[in-house]
Amino acid sequence: MESTSTPIIQIENLRFQYSETDLPAIEDLNLEIARGSFVAVLGRNGSGKSTLARLLNGILLPTAGRVLVNGMDTANEATLLDVRRTIGMVFQNPDNQIVASVVEDDVAFAPENLGVPPAEIRRRVDEALRCVGMYEFRMHAPHLLSGGQKQRVAIAGVLAMQPECIVLDEPTAMLDPIGRREVLAAVEQLRQELGMTVVLITHHMEECVRADRLVVMSEGRLAADGTPEAVFSQVEQMHALGLTVPETTELLYGLNRNGFHLPLTALSIERCADAIADALNHAMKDA
Amino acid sequence: MLKNITLGQYFPGNTAIHRLDPRTKLIWLVGYIVALFLAKGWGGYALMLLILIAVASTAHIRAAALLRGLKPLIFIVIFTAILNLFYGEGEPLVQIWVLKITADGIRTAIFMVLRIMLLVCGSFLLTYTTAPMQLTDGMETLLSPLKRLHVPVHELAMMMSIALRFIPTLIEETDKIMSAQKARGASFDTGTLRERASALLPLLVPLFVSAFRRADELATAMECRCYHSGDGRTRMHTLRFAGADITALALCAGMIAAVCLLRGAGL
Amino acid sequence: MPILTVEHLTHVYSPGTPLEKTAIEDVSLEIEKGQLLGVIGHTGSGKSTFIQHLDGLLKPTSGVVRFNGADINADKALLRNVRFQVGLVFQYPEYQLFEETVFRDIAFGPKNMGLDEAEVRERVAEAAAFVGVPEALMEASPLELSGGQKRRVAIAGVIAMRPEVLILDEPTAGLDPAGRESILKNICAYQKSSGAAVLLISHSMDEVARIADRLIVFHDGHVAMDGTPAEVFGQAPMLKEMGLTVPAATEIALALRARGVALPDGIYTISHLQELLCAMGREGGIC
Repeated sequence: MESTSTPIIQIENLRFQYSETDLPAIEDLNLEIARGSFVAVLGRNGSGKSTLARLLNGILLPTAGRVLVNGMDTANEATLLDVRRTIGMVFQNPDNQIVASVVEDDVAFAPENLGVPPAEIRRRVDEALRCVGMYEFRMHAPHLLSGGQKQRVAIAGVLAMQPECIVLDEPTAMLDPIGRREVLAAVEQLRQELGMTVVLITHHMEECVRADRLVVMSEGRLAADGTPEAVFSQVEQMHALGLTVPETTELLYGLNRNGFHLPLTALSIERCADAIADALNHAMKDA
Repeated sequence: MLKNITLGQYFPGNTAIHRLDPRTKLIWLVGYIVALFLAKGWGGYALMLLILIAVASTAHIRAAALLRGLKPLIFIVIFTAILNLFYGEGEPLVQIWVLKITADGIRTAIFMVLRIMLLVCGSFLLTYTTAPMQLTDGMETLLSPLKRLHVPVHELAMMMSIALRFIPTLIEETDKIMSAQKARGASFDTGTLRERASALLPLLVPLFVSAFRRADELATAMECRCYHSGDGRTRMHTLRFAGADITALALCAGMIAAVCLLRGAGL
Repeated sequence: MPILTVEHLTHVYSPGTPLEKTAIEDVSLEIEKGQLLGVIGHTGSGKSTFIQHLDGLLKPTSGVVRFNGADINADKALLRNVRFQVGLVFQYPEYQLFEETVFRDIAFGPKNMGLDEAEVRERVAEAAAFVGVPEALMEASPLELSGGQKRRVAIAGVIAMRPEVLILDEPTAGLDPAGRESILKNICAYQKSSGAAVLLISHSMDEVARIADRLIVFHDGHVAMDGTPAEVFGQAPMLKEMGLTVPAATEIALALRARGVALPDGIYTISHLQELLCAMGREGGIC
């Protein structure tokens, strides 16, 4: 285990091309992900954000530059298994990442691959299923579960590997609002209970609001990087990138253009309402 | 309509049969099939039928569930019955042109039908009472000596369990695509044979495309979870023979012996 | 006369088996031409079952569906015609593309209608223009397109039948904000120029709030609410009780009212809320 001060992931001058004739999917990217942080990566379809996910654990290898996980180069065949064990990965389509026909057997898949002793696998599987709230469903067949439940099984399957970081590539894109809430709650749980590093790739801005850092990608490059409040207050820039900002920011921005002076950083409904009510009440008093 | 397929379906339960080691059940199935082919007379078949009923009722599998599994095979069963009906030796009971039906023919026909039905029901009992993963695990361990002959036993078992896992998903997908194409005026149940065959294209092409996409994504997901074939893997459920398994295997041997005795006695 | 009339529709899946499930019960509705209906409800609320009755893909267990007054299940020829008049775009429709070229895929429906070649050509061109599929892509293989383009081609395939009722099941699922916005615009444009009735199933309240002029809320197999967006979103507590959300604008308006800002009921778009707040601001001398 590295010391807590070194970043868990370091990306240096990364470029990636799917083939020589294609435009680079990722270009000139430098990024460090701090241990224990919650980083959201936002971008349009085709902005290179899913490609980035696959570069983080060596599913894809850099065309130029390098990706280091706990100091291990993902291009180094000898440490690849360690890299994969450190960075757990959850994908968009829950159906296509569940291997087994029974929930608990699926969660056991990764530790089985790693040669963990049976009793220890049992312990990890139970723990992982409890963490995502799917323990009662351990004997169920995955195809009979709802989308949100399947996705939580997929998260448990990664947790059983005991990774230090979990990367979720648009985990809620195929889910209904209830499923989305379930998955986000499970992610929150990982952060609070296990203090895990989380990288959440998404194109739903509401999902970024709780992150402590928001990275925006556009055409394979880093377009913005900062706290969600700071990034979303750049309303014009976000619009120019073909992205929206939360409805709260949209309203505050619209009001400011009409003469209000409101802070664009009030992302939550409550804080947004506070800011507007304060401004109006002051004005009424003055009048 | 595709949802009625019962192939490889597992009914979870906790009966003595469910709890048996999958290897025991696999060996039992092989033993049962061998015994079926050894059975020659009424006595032998009666014994085999009795064993099936005993096992099914211990496992709480209802007759209806077993018989439903036979439905797709009705044509083969009837065909075999008719074929055997005319192949008997001896005095004809009925004669139509060169075809004659003899008492012997009727007997063979009944036995053949019984044999097929028992064989199929026996196999269904195995899949109904054994989780697919357990089944493939059992096969993998039973066949592991073949690894020395460079047979990729683990890979085959893995492929089988993934296939079982994806059957329901693909059936659901087929239903969906069918509805979508019907909504665009495709019809799958009218027209000449040729028309019907070409009407399948709008169904099969998307199904294949999607199956490949799924396979690709699944492979990536498996790699992300450190999958590598064969060596160094462990299992959460280690297979272990218990007392019940020894008893079951002894019973299996007893069954074969009993059938042999009945055969010797001409029953 | 309404274009579609649904009378006491009930559908039971797998009747007489242990899996028996009543998906919808005693649903009665009338749909007029030119309406843009938003259909909302949870997964499992019965809305998918409901729409599949409208073009006869599912047969009612009891009740009648009428198209222009005639029972669509009365005879086969009529049903076949209704399939063309009631266009149904399923969820993730891009997975149903199968032809060698985009042109041929869009032409599949019109060809099944038995139209002559010139007519087919005209309709394909028209439908492609509606959803913004460029001429240059007509001879490309659908498999080579991006996800968003595939979605457009699939929608064009239904529009090319010139249906009088167009039903879309979550047409924007999985798309990024810009993609969502552009598909919604296309749908509105089609509705305006064709005068067809459009049913839009969506999980996004903000989406339906913006474009629908009537909302139907499904809950537990029943129509729980049916009215204008203002009427439906005016009953926020009832929606929340059903586990549904309300648009962000409604949430903010409610939070502002709780803080003593005098706003009326039935606010459901940010632009409307902004207008009202600006008016107040002007009174208070802010703007």
